[in-house]
Amino acid sequence: MAAQTLFEKIWNDHVVRAEPDGTTLLYIDRHLVHEVTSPQAFEGLTVAGRTPRRSAAALAVPDHNVPTTDRRVAIADPVSAKQIQTLDDNCKTFGITLFGMNDIRQGVVHVIGPEQGFTLPGMTIVCGDSHTSTHGAFGALAFGIGTSEVEHVLATQCLVQKRPKTMEVRVDGQLSPRCSAKDIILAIIGKIGTAGGTGYVIEYTGSAIRALSMEGRMTLCNMSIEGGARAGMVAPDETTFNYIKGRPMAPKGALWDQAVAAWRNLHTDAGAKYDAVVELRAETIAPQVTWGTSPGMVTGVDGTVPDPRSMSDDKLRQATERAIEYMALKPGMPIRDIKIDKVFIGSCTNSRIEDLRLAASFAKGKKVAGSVHAMVVPGSGLVKQQAEQEGLDRIFKESGFEWREAGCSMCLAMNADVLQPGERCASTSNRNFEGRQGAGGRTHLVSPAMAVAAAIEGHFVDIRQWS
Amino acid sequence: MDAFTTLTGLVAPLDRLNVDTDQIIPKQFLKTIKRTGLREGLFYDWRRRKDGSQDPEFFLNQPRYRQASILLTRDNFGCGSSREHAPWALLDQGFRCILAPSFADIFYNNCFQNGILPVVLKAAEIQALFEGVAAHDGYTLTVDLAAQQVNTPKGMAYHFDIDPFRKDCLYRGLDAIGLTLQHAAQIGEYEQRRRTQAPWLFQDVR
Repeated sequence: MAAQTLFEKIWNDHVVRAEPDGTTLLYIDRHLVHEVTSPQAFEGLTVAGRTPRRSAAALAVPDHNVPTTDRRVAIADPVSAKQIQTLDDNCKTFGITLFGMNDIRQGVVHVIGPEQGFTLPGMTIVCGDSHTSTHGAFGALAFGIGTSEVEHVLATQCLVQKRPKTMEVRVDGQLSPRCSAKDIILAIIGKIGTAGGTGYVIEYTGSAIRALSMEGRMTLCNMSIEGGARAGMVAPDETTFNYIKGRPMAPKGALWDQAVAAWRNLHTDAGAKYDAVVELRAETIAPQVTWGTSPGMVTGVDGTVPDPRSMSDDKLRQATERAIEYMALKPGMPIRDIKIDKVFIGSCTNSRIEDLRLAASFAKGKKVAGSVHAMVVPGSGLVKQQAEQEGLDRIFKESGFEWREAGCSMCLAMNADVLQPGERCASTSNRNFEGRQGAGGRTHLVSPAMAVAAAIEGHFVDIRQWS
Repeated sequence: MDAFTTLTGLVAPLDRLNVDTDQIIPKQFLKTIKRTGLREGLFYDWRRRKDGSQDPEFFLNQPRYRQASILLTRDNFGCGSSREHAPWALLDQGFRCILAPSFADIFYNNCFQNGILPVVLKAAEIQALFEGVAAHDGYTLTVDLAAQQVNTPKGMAYHFDIDPFRKDCLYRGLDAIGLTLQHAAQIGEYEQRRRTQAPWLFQDVR
């Protein structure tokens, strides 16, 4: 058989039928459902008199719209409450397993899938959320879909797809101390641009990627969509298998051995060709900070805000001018001089236990600057519980961080966690679009370590040199 | 879903790169459990000035573009979140066709699910259309899906490519789920085969 990429192997395993023009009916193994993008899909099923083909292949959780404050109190916003109730009702009606708002297993949909062993190598996984690319960290083909496709998957367990192109993003070498997967992916997006991956599935390869933990790989794959790629993936290895083994939904016993044997074939064969290749050296990646209103508007913490006058492309110059104005920055301003008002540590990008351990290690014994309001939102109830068992919550609280309940929170600010107009936030989330964290709010995307240091100093500092 | 055959309509220009779905429809409008009525949230923040009043400069607030059914814009339109509320809001406003040099993948796909035709034209053609709109009040275009052409008032015809399957579904207004369900037996055979090869994929989620 011809040499194949990891993507091709998974794709080929899931073709139900293919038309001569390449239109493919692709089988979907697993489906994650949340409250925001599913109600209209369930309504569509009801109207058409259809039922889910395999309700036992789906897992539902409310995350986008849940409060991160005391859950024993009823949700103040009746519209939010109704949306969450609708998910509960739909799961009952259609027989879908739900981790409700007060279940310890509740959390951000892309945190709980891996945590439960729901996400496995070689699977096709979809969710009505663009950050579904996260699950590619396990060597799965995972991508975000719209609500019509949520309905399509519920009804048929399939999607109609055209095969995307493949891109290898190879990162070799050793990262600088205190730099992380977040810095790698921001540097990649800075290099390829926010549309550089459009039409592609990315496979991340190279020694710097192999060296990442599973949680680091999730951070990496999570932001593939910010580079335009619907999916990003890392071939599974011992790190992957060790992470999955023993998780509640992972295969057990003989089935585990059979699965691992199959998963060992999930790698790109020698001689297989990608449609595009991008290479970076890990040593050259500084801690990254976005300065603009698109994740590709990013530079190292030792850099400066760019000068639009130096740009020859009219459209790019106008976009840069607009971004600098929105962000209330000045061309040529050092990134380290940017003062911040808020810090958000959380989101499907950076809210897992390793993120919180790292953040706590930098916060320990220090105080959040008087001018800064900082919060930590764990990715799931189980992450929160684990962190509390390790005493991380105490470290955060003693430093002046708020310690919240699990959810998407200020990543998209659908709940009550919102930036006020003009406020500037160092955020470990994934999008710095205008108004993303609140109308008029200004977002700088950074790693958890950089976010903690900024909280304590009141402005960005180079974490490599910070004591 | 409404079929899309030929559309002759007024063109509204949105001259920005990388318009993301958070701008098209901000988060506070995602709490709905319906597909309709989202027009109110379309470009909500951009339609308003800092004091909350309507910005008369914003294109959708200009009377000349209010009846537009064709949106003209720049590269990477619809990037970011997968929210289908973005095409729902555009449709609710009356847009059935979007012209741009490129689109983000998920948004592009979501358009077809809702009877909206996203058309990719060359950057130079898009630029010429922006100039046409700026120069003429009431600038209209005719978009002919069967011929895969955008026809300008001056008689230019810009060809566009489209996937044949998507074209057919949109042209006939087909129910995509209904089409897939015609292959239910084949899906069943696939499941049976895979269940033997990879039984761990079929463990119930509990």
